[in-house]
Amino acid sequence: MRIKMIVPVIVATFVLVAGFTSLPAEAAPPAQVRIDQLSKDFEPVLFDHANHIEMVGDCGECHHHTTGTAAKDPDCMRCHNSGSSGERVACRDCHAAEPFSADHLKTTTEDRKRYHRDLLGLKAAYHRSCMGCHEAGGGPTGCLDCHLRTESGDALFRAGKHTPTPTEKAAGHH
Amino acid sequence: MSGISRRKFLTCTLVGAGATALSLKTDAFASAKLEGYPDSMGVLVDLGRCVGCRSCEAACNREQNLPAPAQSFEDQSIFDQTFHNGQKRRTDENAYTVVNRYEPEGTENPVYRKVQCNHCNEPACLTSCFVNAYTKTSEGAVIYNPNICVGCRNCMIACPFNVPAYSYSSATNPIIKKCIFCYDTRLKNGQPPACVEICPQQVMTFGHRKELIEIAHERIKTHPDRYIDHLYGEDEVGGTSWMYLAPAPFEEIGFDTTMNNEPIISNVKDFLGTVPMVLAIWPALFTGFHLLATRKHDIEHHGDDHQKHKDEEKKS
Repeated sequence: MRIKMIVPVIVATFVLVAGFTSLPAEAAPPAQVRIDQLSKDFEPVLFDHANHIEMVGDCGECHHHTTGTAAKDPDCMRCHNSGSSGERVACRDCHAAEPFSADHLKTTTEDRKRYHRDLLGLKAAYHRSCMGCHEAGGGPTGCLDCHLRTESGDALFRAGKHTPTPTEKAAGHH
Repeated sequence: MSGISRRKFLTCTLVGAGATALSLKTDAFASAKLEGYPDSMGVLVDLGRCVGCRSCEAACNREQNLPAPAQSFEDQSIFDQTFHNGQKRRTDENAYTVVNRYEPEGTENPVYRKVQCNHCNEPACLTSCFVNAYTKTSEGAVIYNPNICVGCRNCMIACPFNVPAYSYSSATNPIIKKCIFCYDTRLKNGQPPACVEICPQQVMTFGHRKELIEIAHERIKTHPDRYIDHLYGEDEVGGTSWMYLAPAPFEEIGFDTTMNNEPIISNVKDFLGTVPMVLAIWPALFTGFHLLATRKHDIEHHGDDHQKHKDEEKKS
């Protein structure tokens, strides 16, 4: 959690307005989240959490039931009907950064009673949570609107200075 | 010939041959029910999640060290390309996976479909390969040994999904090229393939095939409004390691829905099962017929000799 000087003020205001006074001080939401899981091909994304708190207003939109409100999805409400807050709030607390690693697969294979076996990985949780709102609310939706590509990323996508030249295109298989 | 009559011999032979044929047929049916390796891995492709970013194509290109594409992977105009009277892009020697765009009637957004080898439980390519270049690994991948491949292209004809491609560009040693589930670099170390890992939307879920089937049906049950009630690849051609959920009818987004649930090999297995029987039994059977048919003649002939011999003895 990276908290800047101005943040506590915004956060405190928000917390008061939203009526989350019961939250302990250390559970204050971060103003900015640095997302650098794909840092090989993309520059880290500095997610302006504070701004999104202001825009969205309802933490439950993104955080399901973990910020103290009941879940919105009727299917989730069967269990999460009151909301539990504090312990697991950040996306990465539930959504694994490497959902398909052998270790993580083991957790679902061995625990046959586990209900949340089909949980999105961290990257997909971010994208699928962000994109739904961005599409509906006119936010940026292009890949490069949020992600700047690194040199390696340009090489991967054959973009930027790695874009195939017309002669290469002519020599292609089609 | 004492103890066994001609009639008895023939009856025994025919009964034996019949029993062999029956037992072969039973074996053939039993093996058709194979459900692949028990711990086989697989990938569940949820086409409703795909946004057509083509990251998977880029990741495949890098992982498999494929040549540079004709167009950048961020070039979306590639979805407008069609070949041979409207046919969409297909996999080739330079691209082991491609994403195509479909606009089925009644759906708001286009549907993107990723194509790659589906890694069948009972692969037709493997069956058709007479040099045994193909292997179905216990992890679920259908891989091939390029050093063994003689480039006959039987597998291209056998594959029900039109996946194996041919390196037509090679004048001296053209061979088959296809997706290998990233077996060499990832799958055998317990890692997901490159396309699965890079996907920003988690269109693809990597896991044990058995669990993926459960997860897929759970998704359909939880969101019946989002999915067609069918898991493509669960049963098609005997089951595949890669399976699909779709938001629109499968036939409208490029899938062949006329596929039989029997593995392709079942079409020929019964017939091929009789070949060893013919080779093993027919020579003995017909030699027997021949010997029996000529026996009487031999006895008569032999009898004549015996008589002559006696006559000669008398004379002397």
